[in-house]
Amino acid sequence: MISSVALPWWAMVCMGAGLAAFIAMLVISIKRNHGVKRSLFASPYALWMIIFTVLPVILISYYAFTDSNGAFTLDNFKNFWDSHYEANKVIAAEAERLGVDYSQYIVRGTVNVDTLVYSLWMAFQCTVICLLLGYPAALFMADRKMKLGSTLVVLFIIPMWMNFLLRTIAWMSLLEDSGLINSFLRWLGFDSVQLMYTSGTVLLGMVYNFLPFMVFPIYTVLNKMDYRLSEAAADLGCNSWQTLYKVTMPLSIPGVISGITMVFMPSVTTFFIPRILGGSYTMMFGDLIESKFLTEGNWNAGSALSLIMMLLILVSLSILRKADPNGEGGGIA
Amino acid sequence: MMKFLKRFYLGIIMVFLYIPIVVLIVQSFNAGESRAKWEGFSLRWYGELLRDERILNALYITVSIAVLAMIISTVLGTLAAIGIHAMKKRPQALMMTMTNLPNTMPDIVTGISLMLLFLFTQVDRGYVTMLLAHITFDTPYVILSVLPKLKQMNRHTYEAALDLGATPMYALFHVIIPQCKQGIITGAMLAFTLSLDDFTISYFTTSPLVQNLSTLIYSATRTGIDPTLNALSALMFIALLVLLLIVNRRTAEDSAH
Repeated sequence: MISSVALPWWAMVCMGAGLAAFIAMLVISIKRNHGVKRSLFASPYALWMIIFTVLPVILISYYAFTDSNGAFTLDNFKNFWDSHYEANKVIAAEAERLGVDYSQYIVRGTVNVDTLVYSLWMAFQCTVICLLLGYPAALFMADRKMKLGSTLVVLFIIPMWMNFLLRTIAWMSLLEDSGLINSFLRWLGFDSVQLMYTSGTVLLGMVYNFLPFMVFPIYTVLNKMDYRLSEAAADLGCNSWQTLYKVTMPLSIPGVISGITMVFMPSVTTFFIPRILGGSYTMMFGDLIESKFLTEGNWNAGSALSLIMMLLILVSLSILRKADPNGEGGGIA
Repeated sequence: MMKFLKRFYLGIIMVFLYIPIVVLIVQSFNAGESRAKWEGFSLRWYGELLRDERILNALYITVSIAVLAMIISTVLGTLAAIGIHAMKKRPQALMMTMTNLPNTMPDIVTGISLMLLFLFTQVDRGYVTMLLAHITFDTPYVILSVLPKLKQMNRHTYEAALDLGATPMYALFHVIIPQCKQGIITGAMLAFTLSLDDFTISYFTTSPLVQNLSTLIYSATRTGIDPTLNALSALMFIALLVLLLIVNRRTAEDSAH
């Protein structure tokens, strides 16, 4: 069951040297401080993160900027922008050899960019729907008159214990042609409706899977909010809509931002949901990355796409952080 | 009226969340193999579950990795949180950036980058690599659950312990760790849940020979999902539910005393 670990000699040497240096550092500092300095407790973790997070990111960047022979190139990014890049290069060279002006006939292949735009659009829709559905839910749960608030939060968590792939597949049995909804429609005498394999189905699956991630952070912030503020607003003559609009909503912005982050990010990159519910008709960016690595075996192109994805996420996160500079929305726990 | 509307709305959301789960559990009792047609109640799939070598093996891998990853990442993360808390401002900011990095990285990128690491160092992907990957994505969550508790802690209690003659180690185990116990437990539970439910990162860091439940289900989607998998997830779901009820009852009793 446990696979054999076969490391090349140089990796062994590097890791051995790193470990030796680490132990030496530890011993020296313990001797100097006559005891373990507490900040050193973080050093095993620091070492771990360097090996398993920093190094892999460096590797992705390395593959993104090199070709299959390991030489520096920007072709992977050009291939992203123009999926006909290689073919166009051949055509252009041939046209030049023949002395014809061919440039107006060269067409840029937009598959990759289109997929990215489509993914962003889907993720945007999913985030908006989750916000519209999740905000009232969080608001009602945080209501002080709602005695069951904390129980309801648990009820939001419990579905996540069932494997999310199986839950997504369960939607299939509801939505497919022979599924429950269509059987019901037929029983009522209507024609069956095509519910599977559309972008609407993918959207449904995404909202279903990511809705709790919108509700939790908003609920946490609303729950911590000083309820006397809204009472004061009411005392000073606000009606309940004005209180909601002028007091509660502005105060809940950190939670909203945290929720947006936690929904938007996984929905841009999901590749299981579109594959199950969207069939082969919809392709999202996660799909594209996965197929570059595992179907085509083109690490360089796949790494370039991953890098683009990462940069996009980092940029959108830093924009969102600006709106919540103190990071009060703390999404988890 | 307003109260009724609020409850009605929450009720609808709950129905939306629970429909697929109900469907899954009902299907697991279906005598036939079809997803759509009800052919009578039977425990057939539960019986087959016990004989299905592949699924039991995947279950073993999933649970053992979740437990190991939980233990290791809780120790690693708690130590790290204590260390980070004691650091000066600049190294602390650096460590926090490193801790937040995996959270801001999409799962698929984390999975692929780890896959590249293992391919590059020519480590055969399998059980060990999957465990390493799970520890890697679990640990930051442990740190993020423990750190707030450390910040809430009164730092003078630690100094008082030292003044009263405790060694730093003794003070660590008898003063600091008991005070952030709640954060450690939350972090451990979070780590366990995340590891149990992970698909994307496992998918890229294991080989087709070593499959956990998620990757097994994924590969089964091509050949058709076996109702045995529904039976298994229904059982796991109920087991976790019972566990939750027991934990809740115990904490309720504790607070009653």
